[in-house]
Amino acid sequence: MTALSRREMLRASLLSGAGLFVAFHIPRKARAAAQPPAKPLPDPNAFVRVAPDGSVTVLLAHSEMGQGIWTGLAMLIAEELDCNWSKIRVEHAPASPVYAHPAFGIQMTGGSTTTWSEFDRYRQAGAMARAMLVRAAAAQWKTDPKKLRTENGFVLRGSDKLSYGELAVAAQAQTPPKSVKLKDRKEWKIIGKPTRRLDSPEKITGKAQFGMDVRLPGVRTALVARSPVFGGKVKSFDASKAKGVKGVEQVVQVPSGVAVVASNFWSAKLGRDALTVDWDPGPGATLDSAALVKSYRETARTKGTVAAEKGDAETALSKASKRVVAEYDVPYLAHATMEPLNATVKLEGDRCEIWTGTQFQTMDQLTAGRIAGIPPQNVSIHTQFLGGGFGRRATPSSDFVAEAVQVAKAAGVPVKVMWTREDDIQGGFYRPLFLHRIEAGLDDKGLPSAWKHTIVGQSILTGTPFEKMMVKNGIDETSIEGIVDSPYFETVPARLVTVHSPRSPVTVLWWRSVGNTHTAFAMESMIDELAWAAGRDPLEFRTAMLADHPRHRRALQTAAEKAGWGKPPPAGRARGLAVHESFGSIIAEVAEVSVDDQKEIHVHKVSCAVDCGTALNPLGIEAQVQGAVAFGLSAVLHSELTLKEGRVEQSNFHDYQVLRLPDMPTVTVQIIESDAKMGGIGEPATAPISAAVANAVYALTKKRLRSLPLRFA
Amino acid sequence: MKLNVNGTVHEVDAPEDMPLLWVLRDVLGMTGTKFGCGMAQCGACTVHLDGQATRSCVLPVSSVGSRMVTTIEGLSPDGTHPVQKAWAEVDVVQCGYCQPGQIMSAAALLAHHPNPTDAEIDLALAGNICRCGAYQRIREAVRAAATQRRADR
Amino acid sequence: MRRLLLLALVACTHAEPAPTPAPEAKSADPIASFATVKTVLQSPRCVNCHPAGDQPLQGDDGHAHQQFVQRGPEGRGAIGLACATCHGKANPPASYGLHMPPGVSTEWRLPPPEHRMVFAGVAARALCEQLKDVRQNGGKDSAALLHHVSEDPLVLWGWSPGTGRKPVPVAHADFVKAWKSWTDAGAPCPPQG
Repeated sequence: MTALSRREMLRASLLSGAGLFVAFHIPRKARAAAQPPAKPLPDPNAFVRVAPDGSVTVLLAHSEMGQGIWTGLAMLIAEELDCNWSKIRVEHAPASPVYAHPAFGIQMTGGSTTTWSEFDRYRQAGAMARAMLVRAAAAQWKTDPKKLRTENGFVLRGSDKLSYGELAVAAQAQTPPKSVKLKDRKEWKIIGKPTRRLDSPEKITGKAQFGMDVRLPGVRTALVARSPVFGGKVKSFDASKAKGVKGVEQVVQVPSGVAVVASNFWSAKLGRDALTVDWDPGPGATLDSAALVKSYRETARTKGTVAAEKGDAETALSKASKRVVAEYDVPYLAHATMEPLNATVKLEGDRCEIWTGTQFQTMDQLTAGRIAGIPPQNVSIHTQFLGGGFGRRATPSSDFVAEAVQVAKAAGVPVKVMWTREDDIQGGFYRPLFLHRIEAGLDDKGLPSAWKHTIVGQSILTGTPFEKMMVKNGIDETSIEGIVDSPYFETVPARLVTVHSPRSPVTVLWWRSVGNTHTAFAMESMIDELAWAAGRDPLEFRTAMLADHPRHRRALQTAAEKAGWGKPPPAGRARGLAVHESFGSIIAEVAEVSVDDQKEIHVHKVSCAVDCGTALNPLGIEAQVQGAVAFGLSAVLHSELTLKEGRVEQSNFHDYQVLRLPDMPTVTVQIIESDAKMGGIGEPATAPISAAVANAVYALTKKRLRSLPLRFA
Repeated sequence: MKLNVNGTVHEVDAPEDMPLLWVLRDVLGMTGTKFGCGMAQCGACTVHLDGQATRSCVLPVSSVGSRMVTTIEGLSPDGTHPVQKAWAEVDVVQCGYCQPGQIMSAAALLAHHPNPTDAEIDLALAGNICRCGAYQRIREAVRAAATQRRADR
Repeated sequence: MRRLLLLALVACTHAEPAPTPAPEAKSADPIASFATVKTVLQSPRCVNCHPAGDQPLQGDDGHAHQQFVQRGPEGRGAIGLACATCHGKANPPASYGLHMPPGVSTEWRLPPPEHRMVFAGVAARALCEQLKDVRQNGGKDSAALLHHVSEDPLVLWGWSPGTGRKPVPVAHADFVKAWKSWTDAGAPCPPQG
C-alpha cells in the first residue's frame, strides 16, 4: 500500500467516526492500560522530510504553545535520524487524521501528553527515514545497507560519505521499512541532553507568527459584542451609530452576539463601542459568586454521588482520637493567555480555511464543517504559534473557532475575529469554582483512620462531546482526580468521597493542571493540618503515609533537602511543602515565604523535585516547572473572578491580577533520575504550589488559609 | 502624517486617535509588536520612543510626532542585540508572545542603566506580564545581557 | 457593548460631581483658607503622587500603584519603567475607555526623593510647615509655589483627570483663591493636633 492510500484510509476512518476514540483525561491507575496499543509504523513522510539542501523538516502533529514540543519532538526524530541538529526546521502539521494523537485518536494538544504519547512514533519516523537514506546510499554504492553507518547528517562507508541532502531524492523512492529497531537507551546522544529551543530565533526577533499576526489580502477584522451575562441572547440591536464609524463595513448577528466587521481592529473596536444591543439576559442574570460559595458550603454538608468508598467513614470518624474538619474553596479563573483569542476564516465554495492557534484541530474541523455545511475534511487548519494555551484553546465546542466561522458565513467575507482582553476575562470557559469539605480522624498513633470528603463544583465535561467517555456514573473524572487516586487516601482505612456537580450558565473548562488545581490544594493542605494536629513534622508525617510510594518519598526528600528542611529558615520566614502526582509525574515543592506588615504574602524560594520518568529535555523541563509554579502562584497570590448580578466584575489585568516579575521566587528544579514510564511536564508543577505556600504561611503565622487566593481576612 | 519607524519615515494614513500599536500592526503590517491588554497593563506592545520604553497601545499615533519609534523588528537587523543574544543563550522563551515586549523593556533598561541590580531588573520589567511564567529566565537573561554588554566595551 | 454598559454603570455610580463650593474662605481667616488648601492637596488627584512611601497611589480609593511602580531616582519612575512608559503627554482620548494611564504635557512625575513632599496622612500643621519649608519643598519660594498651584499643567490636570476619575473636589479658582488668601496673610499654620 502506498503512503498516500494509507493516509486516505486513516482519514476515512476518522471521518466516519470509527477513529474517534476520545479520552482526554487518563486516570493514574488506567495510564498503563492507556499505553497506545502496538500500532503499525507511521508514514515517515508525514513526520519528517529531508530536502536536497540537507534541511530536515519535522512536522509537528501537536501545537506549540510554549511547552517546548517544537524542540522536543524534533529531538526524537534527530535521535534516530542521526541528522545535523543545525539543519532541523519545524512546522506545524496540517489538520489530518494521520496526525491524530496516538492515545486519543483526534488531533489535539493537551493533558501534558505530547511527549510521552509521541515518544515511539517520532522516533520510529526518524528511524524509518534514516533507513531509507541508508538504503539509497547502499543502492548508489551497490553495497549491503548493513555495512553502512550514519552520523551527523551523513551516510558513511569507511572514509566515503554521502550527505542526507545528496540522498534525499533517491531516499524518497525507497519503500519504508516494515520494521525498525530503535536505539537502546544507552545509545542516546540527544534524548536527555539539555537542548535550547528551536523556536527562539523567530520568537526573539518578532518574526514568529501567532494567530493574531495572520494578515491575508481581503481579510477583515471583526469584534463580537457578546452577552454581558452568561447564557444571554440578543433581543435586538441598533447598529446605526456603529455603521457610522470610519472603517466599519458590516454589522451582523451571529449566535453568540453581534459582530462588527471592519477594515482594521481599531475601527472594529470603535464600532462595537458604538453598538447598542438589547439583551435577554436569561437565568444567568442573578448569578453571584459570593452566594454561590455560600450555597456550596451548605451543599457540602450533604452527601453527594459516591466516587470512592471503603469501610465506614462515619463510624471511624466517631471513634477517632482526634478530628479535623476543614473547608477549602477556589474561585473561577480565566486562563488569560497573553495572546487574546482569535481565528481567521475564509469560506470559499465547499472549502473552509482557518488560521488560528488551536489545541483542538479535529474538533475545530468537525465544528467548522457543520457550521459551513461542508464535510470536515474540506476544512483546512493552518495552526499558528499559540500565544499560550493552558487549556483555553481546547474547548470541546471550539467556541472561538466556531464563532469566527459564523461571522465569516454571516458577513460573506473572510474575517479575522479578535478578542480583546476584556472579552477574554469576561468570556467564560473558566476554571470552575470548587469547594471541598473534609472531615478526617486520627488514630491513637497519629495517623489518619477516617476521611470523609465532599466535593462541590461544576463538571467541566457534562454537556460536551466528551461526556460519554469521561463522566462516569454522574461523576466527572476531572472533579476527583488527585483525590480518589491519591496515595495518601489509599492508606486511610475508612474513607468516603462524594461529589456534587451543580449546573450553572457559567461556562467552565480545563485550566493548566485541571482538577488538580483544587484537589491538590485540598489534599495537601489537609495532610498538613493533620500533621500539625498529630504533632508531627509535616515531612515525616507524609513520609510515613507514603511508605509504599518510593517515588513520592524520594521527590519529597529531594525537594526538602534542597530547601534546607529541618534547618531554621532565615528570620521572618517559614517553609511549607506539598507533593502531588498528576499527568503521570510526581512533583514535590517546598515554598519559603514571609508575610509583611501589610499582611501581604511573599514567596521567596520554591525547591522542586520532579520525577517525570525519562527526561527528554532537562532544559525544557526546568522551564516548564518554573513556569507552572509561576502560573500557579498567580492563583495563589492574586487572581480571582467574581460575579455579581450575573456580570463578571473583573475585566483586564488591572483587576484580574497575575504574577509579575518582582513576585517571582527563585525556583530550583531537580530532575530525579527515573526509569518510570514517562509522564507529562507542562502542567503538574502548578498543582502543589498552592498548598506548599499555604502550609508555609501556617508554619509562619499559625493561621490556616483555606481560600484561594490566599489572603488574611 | 509622517512616522519614523526603525529609521524609515512612513507616510501614514490613519485617524489621529488610533493607538500607535494598531498603526504598526494594521497599517504598516509590522506584527512583532503585540496586543495583550490595550491599557498599558501587560507590556506586550512595548516599543522605544527616542530610546524610552513606551506602551504603544495607549499612545495616539498623532502624539508620536517626530520622535523615533523602534520596534522589535528594528532592535537589531538579525537578532544580535545583546539582549536578544542573552535571551537565546538563557533559553527564555516559551510561548513567546510577550517576549518582544520583554526584550524591548530590557533593552531600554540596559541602555539607561548598564549595570542593574536584580531588584532594579525586577522593577524595570514589572510592567511586562508573562503568563507562561518565564520570569526566572527573563531575570537571568537581563543579568547575562548586562554582563555581555560590559564585556563588549 | 460591554464597555458601553460599564461606562453607563460608572456614569451612575461615579458621576463626576460638580466641584463643591470651597468652605467659606474669609479673607480674615487664613486658617480656614488653609483647610481648603489641605482638602485639595489630600484629595486623591494630588495625594496619589504625593504618597508616604516611594510607591505612588492610584484611583479614587488610593490603592498602591500596580506594576510595582516606584518614585525612582528623579521622581520619574524606576529606571526602565519610567512614568512616561505609560503616561503620555495628554489623557488618552475617551474612546480608549476606562482605567487608561492619564497624561500631561509636562510629563508625569512625583516629587524627587530629595524633597518628597508627602501629603498622604500628614496632619494640617505638618503639611503647612512642609509647604513653606524651602528645604523640603524643592527650593520653591512663595511665587514659585503659587505658580505651581495655579499654572503647572500637572497640578491643573487634577481638574481634568480624564474618563472615570473624580476631579479635585474644590474648583481650581477657589483653590487658588484660598491659597492666596492663606499666603497673603503670611501663610500661618494651624495649631498642633
